[in-house]
Amino acid sequence: MAYSSVPDTGESERHVITVLVDNETGVLARIAGLFSGRGYNIDTLTVAEVDTDKHTSLITLAAIGTPMVIEQIKAQLGRLVPVREVVDFSMGIPHVEREMALIKVVGTGEKRVEALRLSDAFRARVLDTTHISFVFELTGASDKIDAFINLMRPLGLQEISRTGVTAIARGANTNEQE
Amino acid sequence: MSRLKSGAQIVLQALIDQKVDTIFGYPGGAVLPIYDELFSSEDVRHILVRHEQGAVHAAEGYARASGKPGVLLVTSGPGVTNTITGLADAMMDSTPLVCITGQVPTPLIGTDAFQEADTVGITRPCTKHNWLVRSVDDLPRILHQAFHIATSGRPGPVVVDIPKDVQFAKGNYRRPTPEMLKCYQPRLEGDETAIEEAVDMMLSAQRPIFYTGGGVINSGGRACTLLRELIQMSGYPVTSTLMGLGAYPASDPQWLGMVGMHGNWEANHAMHKCDVMINIGARFDDRVTGRLDAFSPHSKKIHVDIDPSSINKNVRVDIPIVGDCAKVLEVMIKVWKDKSVLPSGSHEVEDWWAQIEQWRARKCLAYQDSGNVIKPQYALERLYALTANRRDVYISTEVGQHQMWAAQYYHFQEPRHWVTSGGLGTMGFGLPAAIGMQIAHPDKLVVDVAGEASALMTIQEMSTAVQYNLPIKIFILNNQYMGMVRQWQELIHGGRYSHSYSESLPDFVALAQAFGAHGIRAENRAELDSKIEEMIEIDKPVLFDCRVDPHENCFPMIPSGAGHNEMLLSTDPDERTAVSKEDKTLV
Repeated sequence: MAYSSVPDTGESERHVITVLVDNETGVLARIAGLFSGRGYNIDTLTVAEVDTDKHTSLITLAAIGTPMVIEQIKAQLGRLVPVREVVDFSMGIPHVEREMALIKVVGTGEKRVEALRLSDAFRARVLDTTHISFVFELTGASDKIDAFINLMRPLGLQEISRTGVTAIARGANTNEQE
Repeated sequence: MSRLKSGAQIVLQALIDQKVDTIFGYPGGAVLPIYDELFSSEDVRHILVRHEQGAVHAAEGYARASGKPGVLLVTSGPGVTNTITGLADAMMDSTPLVCITGQVPTPLIGTDAFQEADTVGITRPCTKHNWLVRSVDDLPRILHQAFHIATSGRPGPVVVDIPKDVQFAKGNYRRPTPEMLKCYQPRLEGDETAIEEAVDMMLSAQRPIFYTGGGVINSGGRACTLLRELIQMSGYPVTSTLMGLGAYPASDPQWLGMVGMHGNWEANHAMHKCDVMINIGARFDDRVTGRLDAFSPHSKKIHVDIDPSSINKNVRVDIPIVGDCAKVLEVMIKVWKDKSVLPSGSHEVEDWWAQIEQWRARKCLAYQDSGNVIKPQYALERLYALTANRRDVYISTEVGQHQMWAAQYYHFQEPRHWVTSGGLGTMGFGLPAAIGMQIAHPDKLVVDVAGEASALMTIQEMSTAVQYNLPIKIFILNNQYMGMVRQWQELIHGGRYSHSYSESLPDFVALAQAFGAHGIRAENRAELDSKIEEMIEIDKPVLFDCRVDPHENCFPMIPSGAGHNEMLLSTDPDERTAVSKEDKTLV
């Protein structure tokens, strides 16, 4: 515990942050270690290589914290050597956020029919089916996926796999520096 | 094909091209090819330590006293894990180190091979960056990047982990190129608009104070010169953190002494009451701020720091300036000269100085003398008095009461003469650090102000000092207690001295002799001066057992959970404010 333990009274916010990194061994461990070591909360994290020539990967993460903590998270990310750029979409940058989920629902009779009907309303795709089960693929904002999952609960929800949120700025501008 | 070099030869060539003339290390199976190259090298001197922790602290001492990166070489597994304390220490105190480690051969990585450890995994949180070199083709680039990253921006330790097969493999060597890393571009130039605003704020201040830190020293000699120019031009008071001592001369009347938990009465009160705080290269550490919501409540704050993550981390500031201290100070001085209508040093803050003189008159470092018993403060006053005539005295310390007393009673005039473990608070730091400092400055007097408990943590390095004829002086203030632990137990834990008394301490004079060093013991005031002179005169490593009053406490002190205006000056019950139950949980 620190010598001074004045609580940070700011309200917690969820921020979607992208981190462009050199795709080198251990870079994800550096980011994960930063969050665990400094006690930051990470909600979701996705990562994939985005430029095979420049060997860069884009990490999209959703972090939860007070404005002071979010500012620290961004500064600490920026301090890591393989990090090229940190963009906080939740600081008024017009952007789109998407997440994909694979959702397995098991059931028969009325419940099965209702699950299929709702999936249609949410524009989910059926990826796999048996006489007693569906695997739905749903893409959308995280809260839409949350809503669909909640609707599936009484209908035989068995398993969920989510990618975590990914984001990109609207319009012709790119965030990536050349 | 004759131009191909082995990985081990590449390491040596890179060290030479990076102008490294001395490294600290300890051999072992996984670094033998590099040691084989060292065997015939005339360009790189190797200092053999007795434990890898000694190597890393010696490299820190060398780096801090010289301004050059400290370099060490250790083997895999336990060789690496023994360096962790020092790497964490260097990370906290922004000390540039390049730590080269051997690793088991690439095909054996991940098999729990003999002396295998996940070096990059273990060292990741306590280094600025680290690398596992999987191919000899990457080795020259990584080695040069390692030096660049360790020494630029906010300096810090880096680790280069080299598997044994890569040390044997042949590859092309490349010289360092000025090519920058795309992903790593520390910001050096401060924002000019922010600097102008800062100067306006400084010029309109009624109760200003400069609060400077280790960042000024890390920035270099020029930053210290510019800092002095700006402070003297302004006529404003200045205080500094533990890490920043020496950047501004302690003999100058504008100097208020150190700030923080054991800082001076006048410095802490001035920090509390100021209206404009100018932080140059300090990081609002918890040892400085005390209780955050009571920290300097009425001031506007300017913060110059090279590390953006230091800004608004603990304390919200009004004008942040990210940049290198020297570059920012240069612009600040120029803007000040353009804007100031008053002659240099005559800014109208007389009322503020009058108030500061009242605080100063309190003479917070006064202590009760007690007959012929040596008070630790007295010992340091005498050490200072008997060495002050030498221009260049280099002081390291261990951690605890003696460290704070050294900071209070030894007055530093120049940067890089004071090397102490600030952030991590590593007992056992000072003795090996003194070895590194003595190597950086072979003809100067190097003294480790130590406690008997700290000194015992790395005492084996006396053997290193003897081997290389390094006449370091280990000045032990021996009170038989872990003094700072005992002080907290007295103040906060009802005087229950749980395990803070060391029984069976060694006879330090006999111990010195066993190492082939020189031992001195002083037991009373009457003999102290002549014993200190004996220590200075003798051209050998010295263990000085200075028997001091075992019950002395370190004051002033800001107790747990208190603000700068709630300092204690003694254990006198009238002076003591009760520490609340809640605040006892604070460290």
